[in-house]
Amino acid sequence: MRMNILHQEFGMRRQSVIIWSLAIAALILLYLSLFSSFAADAALLNEMMSQFPKELLTAFGMNDTDLSTVLGYFGLAFLFVQICLAIQAASYGFALVSIEEREWTADFLLAKPVGRAQILTSKLLAVLAGLAITDAVVWGASLLALAMFTGGQSFETKPLWLLLLSVVPFQLFFLSVGLVVSLLVKRIRSVTPYAMALGFGMYVLSAFGDLLGESALEKITPFQHFDPHYIVQHAAYDAPLAALSLAVIVVSLVASYVLYRRRDIPAVV
Amino acid sequence: MGVIEVNNLTKYYGKARGIIDVSFQVGEGEIFGFIGPNGAGKSTTIRLLLSLIHPTSGSATIFGKDCFLHGPELRRDIGYLPSEVFYYERMKVIDLLKYSASFYERDCTQRMNELAELMELEMNRRIEDLSYGNRKKVGIVQGLLHQPKLLFLDEPTAGLDPLMQAKFFQLIREENQRGVTVFFSSHILGEVQRMCNRVGIIKEGRLIEIADIRTLQQNNYKKVRVTADGLDAAFLDLPGVTNLEQQNGAIRFFYKGDINAILHKIGAVTVSDVTIEEPTLEEIFMHYYE
Repeated sequence: MRMNILHQEFGMRRQSVIIWSLAIAALILLYLSLFSSFAADAALLNEMMSQFPKELLTAFGMNDTDLSTVLGYFGLAFLFVQICLAIQAASYGFALVSIEEREWTADFLLAKPVGRAQILTSKLLAVLAGLAITDAVVWGASLLALAMFTGGQSFETKPLWLLLLSVVPFQLFFLSVGLVVSLLVKRIRSVTPYAMALGFGMYVLSAFGDLLGESALEKITPFQHFDPHYIVQHAAYDAPLAALSLAVIVVSLVASYVLYRRRDIPAVV
Repeated sequence: MGVIEVNNLTKYYGKARGIIDVSFQVGEGEIFGFIGPNGAGKSTTIRLLLSLIHPTSGSATIFGKDCFLHGPELRRDIGYLPSEVFYYERMKVIDLLKYSASFYERDCTQRMNELAELMELEMNRRIEDLSYGNRKKVGIVQGLLHQPKLLFLDEPTAGLDPLMQAKFFQLIREENQRGVTVFFSSHILGEVQRMCNRVGIIKEGRLIEIADIRTLQQNNYKKVRVTADGLDAAFLDLPGVTNLEQQNGAIRFFYKGDINAILHKIGAVTVSDVTIEEPTLEEIFMHYYE
């Protein structure tokens, strides 16, 4: 690990981390601020929900969700937080190495007396530091919003903490998969479409998996591995699926190191 | 033992040719010229030696150590100026140079400032605001600030104005006098001719000639020009004569072979003028690429 690379990488991503963190925090606060008005008309709301087609509710993960309870409501909000976190982590993953090749700065960095594995480790740690900051802000905003807007209604803390902690492996999944895909393709021209495709794609897969009752599809998407609805209902992770997420992370990271060490850095022709 | 030793180095990018079976050595303190047109494999060779890319087959050592196994260690003493310079656009020049210096154990501040002053580099500008020539100057400073023992220059003068080019060559000569070995890739033959002791000529991925610049010029053909009244060009058409042409009473040709044979032939007629010259590197080069 090289401190100078870590510092440089962290600095380059600072602005992006701040914007993402603030945006997600605002989303949480805004969403939770509406809870009291939802809860007041809870009976009416739940009745209205039962009118919606079941497929629609399933797609939004709202099947059997009781929006009148704090965690039921928060779990739904958390789905949107997850989508944001997925896109953020995926974009960092896709850009981690590819941005140097796209902007041709890889020659500068790789001609320095530092090994590829060291470069990758330093870059990863810099991204993890950025994601950790986002997590801290997400947790802070969640706790603040729950304290401010629940109107004294009580809720269990265990599912809440499980939900909040699940963002870490969730981000790692998108970061590491983004990274390994960026190393499998020859060149990534623009990070955003890839990150959106991976983030939304996994969400859509999760939604459609629900709809079709197709369990094979569910198995690959972290939106199922760490389904807020499941966590709130069971006060636990779906252990085999969470383990699958961790396995994907480990395999992607190991493969990334192997691929990066072997990689031919493209040159301007 | 050579500073650089390359043995049968081959690189294919998929099916596309990079370089094929390239072997050469560069001795300590040498300025080795590497010449060839764009796409011949000059940059590929340099990028292999820096382990930016990996060889398909063959081996290479620098300072006696395998390039591909000891890359990070070797690069402590290597300076690299790429043909196209790209740096982090948002950074200031001074920050980029400090970042570059932070990779080396020695304190590079003094040398960095000396070089920046010599190249008249404005340190507080952002990279994105710099012209191509100024970026190249950043490249020169960042490539030299850690006082490397081996320098890879890949078409270094592109974008520099003639005054800066002269300063740059002076700088490289001084580095060389301190014992720095220089690998100088270029397609501008004049500068190679001025700077280098030996040259390798690369064509379509293969090294077709390695020679001392002097021997290359001496052992090559001569340029001969004979002016004589009523002399027919066919008269001088000996074995070894090429590119024979007659213009305004002057006959020009290239000659390779025993110089006495052609002198006897010319001596047999009355001439008003004769010149025999060594060809420029340009002409030799064109000859290889015909």
